[in-house]
Amino acid sequence: MPDRKVCIIGGGMSKWGVREASIVDMTQEAAKDCFDDVPALKRADVDGLLFASSYCGRRSFQVNAAPVMAERIGLKPTSICTRVDTLCAGGSSGIILATGLIRSGMADIVMIAGGEKLYTPQRWETYYSELASIDHDWDGAQGIGLPPPFFSMTAQEHMKRYGTTKEQLSAVSVKNRRNGATNPKGHFQKAVTMEEVMAARPIAPPLGLFDCTPVTDGCAAVLLTHEDKAKELSDRPLVYIRGTAQATLHSMSMNWPGEHLADWLHLRTAAKKVYERARVGPGDIDVAQTHDCFTISEIIEMEDLGFCKKGEGGHFVESGQSDFGGEVPVNTDGGLLSCGHPFGATGIRQAREMLHQLQGRAIKQVEGAKIGLTHNLSGLNVEHTILIYGREP
Amino acid sequence: MGFENFGTVSFTAAAKAADFMTHLEAGKVMTTRCRNCGASYFPPKADCPACLSSDVDWFEIKGQGKLNTYTIVNYGPTGFENDAPYILALGEFEGGIQVLARLSRDIKPDDIKVGMSLALSPVKLPDNRVAYEFNKV
Ligand SMILES: [Zn+2]
Repeated sequence: MPDRKVCIIGGGMSKWGVREASIVDMTQEAAKDCFDDVPALKRADVDGLLFASSYCGRRSFQVNAAPVMAERIGLKPTSICTRVDTLCAGGSSGIILATGLIRSGMADIVMIAGGEKLYTPQRWETYYSELASIDHDWDGAQGIGLPPPFFSMTAQEHMKRYGTTKEQLSAVSVKNRRNGATNPKGHFQKAVTMEEVMAARPIAPPLGLFDCTPVTDGCAAVLLTHEDKAKELSDRPLVYIRGTAQATLHSMSMNWPGEHLADWLHLRTAAKKVYERARVGPGDIDVAQTHDCFTISEIIEMEDLGFCKKGEGGHFVESGQSDFGGEVPVNTDGGLLSCGHPFGATGIRQAREMLHQLQGRAIKQVEGAKIGLTHNLSGLNVEHTILIYGREP
Repeated sequence: MGFENFGTVSFTAAAKAADFMTHLEAGKVMTTRCRNCGASYFPPKADCPACLSSDVDWFEIKGQGKLNTYTIVNYGPTGFENDAPYILALGEFEGGIQVLARLSRDIKPDDIKVGMSLALSPVKLPDNRVAYEFNKV
């Protein structure tokens, strides 16, 4: 059995936002952008496609979507062609699976594509389908289908225990919207001020409009292969997948695994494992893309990923430690708050930004970045997925 | 019968823990404890997640619970639009049993305090539907 080193060699995105386009159209746009990124690659040599999407079965009425996508982007996979669904982490799950397949020799060149068409002509569908993403028998029947109420409870718990302020929550949004302002592929290209964020319409207090990721259509794609093939296909610096982890400890709010809602034991469990696998610690991470579905999420992620002490996430963000020039720049392309969150595409978007950062060609570059981390939480905070990328294997 | 009349909107009619609904209709919020390994949990399960045994017993969630956290829902998902605004809360009962439920409309928003005592009880909804909610003790 071979044990090959696995590299990410190219990435692409469709334009994200409110799109007059189908999920297939947007997958084609993302795949073309990705192929253009690796001109030496022949599409006929791609022997695997993993398509990450959670709602294509419902809002795009397309199940068994992978063969449809393969045909529309001109691929004829012979090693693997399947769909992956872990909601907000689907893209990252695809990258983990592709890494295993390539590492073991079961596939050579795999495209991971994914995304969602969330805006449908009948708007009620969006707010009905959300109920399908949680334990709908019990959590759903209480009317907690939409995520903001759950993260509002999380934010209140964090504020009560650690004195986190609404200004600190807002600082996350101001930073990420500023980072995203120069990213042409994201949903928004507009920075927001602290005053605007603080005064915004309440969604689920203390969370206001700018504390929440928008509803977004979009797709993304990346290409993975083994080290030898990566050297053959590109002169750019190699970017390796150094370690991966995905941890689930529960599936519904009643069985929450931590001591309280702001204590993310499942994130710490995944973090411990991924740092071991990648043979690095939190202090070695030069740049990170973490799951800022809500501003409070990024604050707790700083703590439970080990970038700062528990309870100090608000201060860490407010004092610029997660911004350019700080300890670890986070969400350098705008994150979910600026790019949006078409679930299956988000982990792929993060991987593409990490590829750019570690090859020194990001729009907002972290100088000399050598090791990067991407993170997703998924569902009603039931799972945490982390990947560590590096210039060395 | 099954879960056809559960909550404002129910999603799964047939489930093995349907006795829950019979008890709820009779005025009790009940859940299960495994006879084989002793694990207890909410929501109820006909098969134990800890040891996978199917030998489970029903017991009532009684007494005072504690409000851990809550949120005001201003925008309900489809099917719940007419209920909003409503207040969702996480409560904790004897044995560490956690319950997500709505706060009774009898509790005024100004009177809600994290840590306050709560009781859990069945509530009749329009159209012969039934759910459970938190009440003031
Ligand atoms: Zn048992």
